[in-house]
Amino acid sequence: MIQIECKNLSLEYEQKIVAEGLSFVVNKGDYLCILGENGSGKSTLMKTILGLKSYKHGQIIYDNTIKQGIGYLPQQAVIQKDFPASVKEIVLSGFLGKMGLRPYYATIEKQIAKENLQKLQIENLENRCFRELSGGQQQRVLLARALCATKEVLLLDEPVAGLDYQSTEKMYEIIENLNKEGVTIIMISHDLVSAIKYASHILHIGKKIFYGTREEFLKTDIYKETV
Amino acid sequence: MIDKLVSYLQYPFVQYALIVGVLVSLCSSLLGVTLVLKRFSFIGDGLSHVAFGAMAVSAVIGLSKNMLFILPVTIICAVFLLKGGNKRISGDAALAILSVGALGIGYLLMNMFSTSSNVSGDVCTTLFGSTSILTLKPYEVGLSIALSVIVVFIFIFFYNKIFALTFDENFATATGTKTEVYNLLIAILTAVIIVLAMNLVGSLLISALIIFPSLSAMRVCKNFLQVTIVSAILSVICSFFGIIVSIVIGTPVGSTIVLINIIVFVLFYIIGLVKGRLV
Repeated sequence: MIQIECKNLSLEYEQKIVAEGLSFVVNKGDYLCILGENGSGKSTLMKTILGLKSYKHGQIIYDNTIKQGIGYLPQQAVIQKDFPASVKEIVLSGFLGKMGLRPYYATIEKQIAKENLQKLQIENLENRCFRELSGGQQQRVLLARALCATKEVLLLDEPVAGLDYQSTEKMYEIIENLNKEGVTIIMISHDLVSAIKYASHILHIGKKIFYGTREEFLKTDIYKETV
Repeated sequence: MIDKLVSYLQYPFVQYALIVGVLVSLCSSLLGVTLVLKRFSFIGDGLSHVAFGAMAVSAVIGLSKNMLFILPVTIICAVFLLKGGNKRISGDAALAILSVGALGIGYLLMNMFSTSSNVSGDVCTTLFGSTSILTLKPYEVGLSIALSVIVVFIFIFFYNKIFALTFDENFATATGTKTEVYNLLIAILTAVIIVLAMNLVGSLLISALIIFPSLSAMRVCKNFLQVTIVSAILSVICSFFGIIVSIVIGTPVGSTIVLINIIVFVLFYIIGLVKGRLV
């Protein structure tokens, strides 16, 4: 089942076109890695998919299952590091988009938040202060928040940037497990080795544009040149 | 001393000052947490100068109920500033232009067209709020109470949304929260509070009411709810004692409140340091 379809999309950054003619589809259960050099428009593409940025040319079609939104894990640098908030407050805030005008969280939502914390093995951090956690722990908290928002599609923007080796491996393992449970993953990455290890599909943007399965990507010049 | 205080508390003008002071500082501290964390600490200052300019204009054209003019003007500027202004002028520059411009033109107008014999006294009162809180009329007290109740109610009702918006606006937008609407709401509430707070501490010191309580609370609190509650309590206590002290020893109200806020901030800063060491 197609969840997101991009047709002939052009990306603009400050009124300059950074990428043209992007066409790709994301099916339920896919693990799509978006690769590309710095400045190739990866972050712009992500913001466009999330609806934070408008586009002039092309089309993005969303399936009804993700009309309520896409779970999103921002780059670490974007989050305020000194923000006074507890893990619980942050994870619960994932539900707000679905709540409409209802002001407070329901019992079932608190329950699901707890389950998500358990799934990411951070239930012991529930009452800790976010700014005192390690980088890897913070990423997992934000991932738990994204899971509260939706279980359909998660968009991860360089989820392992700045993490040490162990946290990186742990993060990839968690993402792989979520994918196996049926969560569609779209991940922006710099890490080619991990991308071809875990992804089912690859989108490469920049000077050379490629979209296809992992196997097809391994045969391309882009891959051979980089390795 | 106590006798003197008790006798002062009998006067309606002292009671009015305390009611309005407590309510305004409660409201400003609630929004202060969000504004400080969204890096808008200085917006209070800019908007209060706008309000000063608007007050000068309304005095010149002879409006009796000047709130009806000042409030809309300040709201429009707040919306403009919190939306990030236009792309050619960056946010902090836009704030500076508006702030300095309104201050300059406001003073110019008061100087050229004022009918009062004591222009510099009038300006000083508006800027530092030295006496205006002690000369409140019953209708102003009523208006302050009504607006404060509305602000507090809206804040409590939208508390979780305001948290999400402050922590990570992009995430909130991407997952379906109507962030534009809530940003607008925050801008309007900010403007309302600033216009109210002009009576209390005057235009120049409003920033203090907005930033000090939340900064103090952030030194020691570990979650957003605690920060919000502690900053509200601190703000109310500081203003209450500020007003009492200024009445008893005859100092300007606004400056006294700010001084007490500074003392509390230093105290909490030290507590935060000590706590950090112990952990």
